[in-house]
Amino acid sequence: MHPLNRKIFRDLKRLRGQAFAIAMIVASGIGVLVMSLSAMQALTDTTQAYYERYQFADVFAVTKRTPMHVVRELEGIDGVRTIEPRIVQYATIDVESFPEPIAGSFVSIPENHPPRLNQLALRAGRMPLDTEPDEILINEPFAEAHALAPGDTIEALLNGRKRVLNIVGLALSPEFVYAIGPGTLMPDAARYGVVWMGQKALAAAYDLDHAFNNAAFSLWPGSPIASVLRSIDDILEKYGGIGAIARDDQISNWFVMNEIEQLKSIASIMPPIFLAVAAFLTNMVLARLVYIERAEIGLLKAFGYTDVTMAWHYIKFVLIICAAGVIIGWGLGYWLGHWMTTMYADLFRFPLLVFAPRYDIYVLSATISIGAALIGAIGAVRFAASLPPAEAMRPPSPPAFRHHSSLLAGLVEHLDQPTRIIFRQVFRRPLRTLLTSLGVSASVAVLVASLQWLDAIDYMIEDYFTNQQRQDITISLVEAANTDVVNDLARLPGIQAVEPHRAVAARLHFGPRYRREAVIGLPQNGELEVLHDVHGSRVPLPGNGLLVSSAMADILGAGVGDAVIVEVLEGRRPIVAIEVAAIFETLIGTPVYMEFEALNRTLNEPERTNLLVAVFDERQQQHLYETIKELPTVAGVVLKRAAIDLFDQTIGETMLIMIFFYVAFASTLAFGVLYNNMRISLSERGRELATLRVLGFTNAEIAYMLFGEAAVLTLIGLPLGCLLGWLLAVFMAQGFNTELFRIPVVIEASTYGYSMLVVLTSAFASALLVERRLVRLNLISVLKTRE
Amino acid sequence: MHSKAPANLPSKTPKVTLSARDLIKVYQAGTVEIRALDGVDLDLYEDELVVLVGPSGSGKSTLLNILGGLDAPTSGQVFFRGQQLDLENDAIITEYRRKHVGFVFQFYNLIASLTAQENVALVTEIAEAPLTPTEALSLVGLGDRLNAFPAELSGGEQQRVAIARAIAKQPDLLLCDEPTGALDSKTGILVLAALEQVNRELGTTTALITHNRSISGMADRVFRFGDGRIVETSINAARVPVDELVW
Ligand SMILES: Nc1ncnc2c1ncn2[C@@H]1O[C@H](COP(=O)(O)OP(=O)(O)OP(=O)(O)O)[C@@H](O)[C@H]1O
Ligand SMILES: [Mg+2]
Repeated sequence: MHPLNRKIFRDLKRLRGQAFAIAMIVASGIGVLVMSLSAMQALTDTTQAYYERYQFADVFAVTKRTPMHVVRELEGIDGVRTIEPRIVQYATIDVESFPEPIAGSFVSIPENHPPRLNQLALRAGRMPLDTEPDEILINEPFAEAHALAPGDTIEALLNGRKRVLNIVGLALSPEFVYAIGPGTLMPDAARYGVVWMGQKALAAAYDLDHAFNNAAFSLWPGSPIASVLRSIDDILEKYGGIGAIARDDQISNWFVMNEIEQLKSIASIMPPIFLAVAAFLTNMVLARLVYIERAEIGLLKAFGYTDVTMAWHYIKFVLIICAAGVIIGWGLGYWLGHWMTTMYADLFRFPLLVFAPRYDIYVLSATISIGAALIGAIGAVRFAASLPPAEAMRPPSPPAFRHHSSLLAGLVEHLDQPTRIIFRQVFRRPLRTLLTSLGVSASVAVLVASLQWLDAIDYMIEDYFTNQQRQDITISLVEAANTDVVNDLARLPGIQAVEPHRAVAARLHFGPRYRREAVIGLPQNGELEVLHDVHGSRVPLPGNGLLVSSAMADILGAGVGDAVIVEVLEGRRPIVAIEVAAIFETLIGTPVYMEFEALNRTLNEPERTNLLVAVFDERQQQHLYETIKELPTVAGVVLKRAAIDLFDQTIGETMLIMIFFYVAFASTLAFGVLYNNMRISLSERGRELATLRVLGFTNAEIAYMLFGEAAVLTLIGLPLGCLLGWLLAVFMAQGFNTELFRIPVVIEASTYGYSMLVVLTSAFASALLVERRLVRLNLISVLKTRE
Repeated sequence: MHSKAPANLPSKTPKVTLSARDLIKVYQAGTVEIRALDGVDLDLYEDELVVLVGPSGSGKSTLLNILGGLDAPTSGQVFFRGQQLDLENDAIITEYRRKHVGFVFQFYNLIASLTAQENVALVTEIAEAPLTPTEALSLVGLGDRLNAFPAELSGGEQQRVAIARAIAKQPDLLLCDEPTGALDSKTGILVLAALEQVNRELGTTTALITHNRSISGMADRVFRFGDGRIVETSINAARVPVDELVW
């Protein structure tokens, strides 16, 4: 081996702690990058493969009842390739072992051939026989949640008639990758099931013979989607169509795509922080190395080594550290990416999983991190290359310190000498001080920004489930009924209070923009659903006109006083102009509210309700559930407690694991920054500290002088990091904002506290490691030589 | 010319500040044993100034480091005012250095981030009955450069700050390892004059290593080293004033 290369390895061995810390930071950055990119790719690939293989539809339309012959008309629409007419109904399911009522989606499948669109992946059992109207398939997660298998039965209330249905198979469908029940915020496999039944059997149950109420379409590639949607709506309007939607707005697909977007934003926010810090540390360590070795560099140049050789020598040093980080990061990223993809596979149900990260993710991540490290190395390498041999051989004079301005001098007066040493070190290299503090604050910021998710979720739960939804149960009716049902419901066991609400499917138009959304009617003095804005102040319900969430107002571009055209998509389908009476900010959804009576007047359907919210006595819940399961008019039930539990569970679990990793990454970051800072200080000031030991200072006293500097940098970094963490949280919340959720930036004091505590722990750990070297400081050898 | 309580006057019984008995220091360099000290016995008296000379590698620095509590001998004892020093105990020898010993080295080892005055204050802050930094610096002729940083001082000035720092706590023992080694003769004389003045005015027991034989004239006693032993001890009848030394 060339002696110069041997020198690299000796240097690396000597600086292994520092090199390792840098490599781990590179690895963290690469890890997050590879993780999010490969999970993103796996999710994209899997979804795409799934959609393609199982013919996921491009357009979906819901109607009330459309005669079969209309299919031909729909097929004639320019751009439509295939149409799959079917029946889709909500109905409650009763599983014997489960006390609560379960919401079910019943979807018809052709009896004699597989559906042309939204085909099923049969996971167990067989397809229903066309001669057996009671045979069904259920979706796999639902089956798993209740340990149901082919051969078992469930009960369902189909169109008011109790039916015992025989499970013959389990299936998955691209339509229900994210199987979310009506009125809920996330998939709950135990409380929401998808049931596939033969077309004839379901038609018979709902009196839809020779008719369909739902259609899926596939389009020819490149078809103008907007005009296709319009044509479909034109045809279906008279059959009670409530507006066709494109795949992008299909709920399950929307969630999958949204998740992919979020991965993209993780990939673009987190890794740059780590790689920037790695670049800075590379710069610091290399600059010190080159400075110590300037005499050797001069000597080698005097021997005839070229500037380029010397530059390349130090670049190799950086490349080796970086390569170690990249390789560890690849492994970590692959493993995390795989873990994350499996987690998605659990949340989103796929019958197949494509996890084959392309090599370009690895090439890209390595290129970026090596690029960043080289940028960090530029300064030191240029210094090495430009050192003239003679200059390099000259011994350095003591580093210059500046005299303080009179203000600072007055301050310094009151300090003892050891503290003055710390103070002057901090001020001597303001840029290094600043960057080191920034490195510390970056780790605080990463922690604050990741821990704040828990605060945000708590806040959302509190906001939505405690402050807004005061009811225990929400019951949606199959059809709007007279408000007398309130009394019927109030008589049920354990019910303590009931309020009638109204939800009306509508399309809101303002100018050229429009949007489908249910208009919710709330009673003027309602106590069970209390509206308030994001700041927590109660929002009064206007007596007339619409109360519009700001998210919806943004979508429509409408403001207070504007008249929005409300195209009602059910009943008599009136089209009315209603003024926006007020706008308020919400965290969840894009809701539009109206006073209950006013809404019913608009619909010309006085005293009708289709949504009942109630408070009940928990001791009676068993009995209550039993009764509700038997009510034929009930389409679905949402229990608040279950929703909260699920929210906590689903989000909490994955969040905790992610947070664990971010804590690890952030600790690495803080450790790397501070350890390197202390080691470099020790290297620069070892002689000084040895002198102080000779003068009779104790180990503790010189530790104060060495670690005091790092402590000051840390103390500057902590509050700065809290501020940056807040900014990062705001930035990330913006990136994660969707129409469904707006992540609130609420950061508890304890979150700042924990973040700083983690960083302080890292600081102590690095100080402990350096302390071992400080104790071993060799007094004699330091004094024998010139630096 | 003057002579003040030198050890060679039998009329008085001068007090012993420091004594060493049978000091042996062995370095293990691979398979080779280097006996840096090979049985050194030595007494240093109050007020006296001794010079240690001898060829390179003969063990002078090793001895001084052990006497100053920077290093421990392989065997042998060191007594400070009759009390044996536990040279293996870091807390005890740190305390010993802090209270009783002042060091001056060839390389000045000033704290670059502290001014001249602050470098001295560094020591006076932890000493029991120190001079003020200004007094100490005036003693070495630097009363007017109090606020200069080391980078702003010449080599000789830096060394004199180092001496001021070493004597400011009024140590019982001042150990100087080639204090003029990095200086030209004119500057060297200034530094030696400062050392001599401190020894005279404060009565500090001073041991000084030098390669310059002519410096020996300023000492009360001269120890010549060879192969880890003191091979010759000579007593000067009278100390030559520093400015009369022939360099
Ligand atoms: N750390 C060490 N490891 C091995 N040998 C050492 C060590 N320190 C000193 N020595 C050896 O001990 C012997 C005495 O060294 P010392 O430094 O005391 O000599 P010196 O008389 O001060 O020489 P000089 O006049 O050159 O300063 C030398 O042979 C030296 O090589
Ligand atoms: Mg020596």
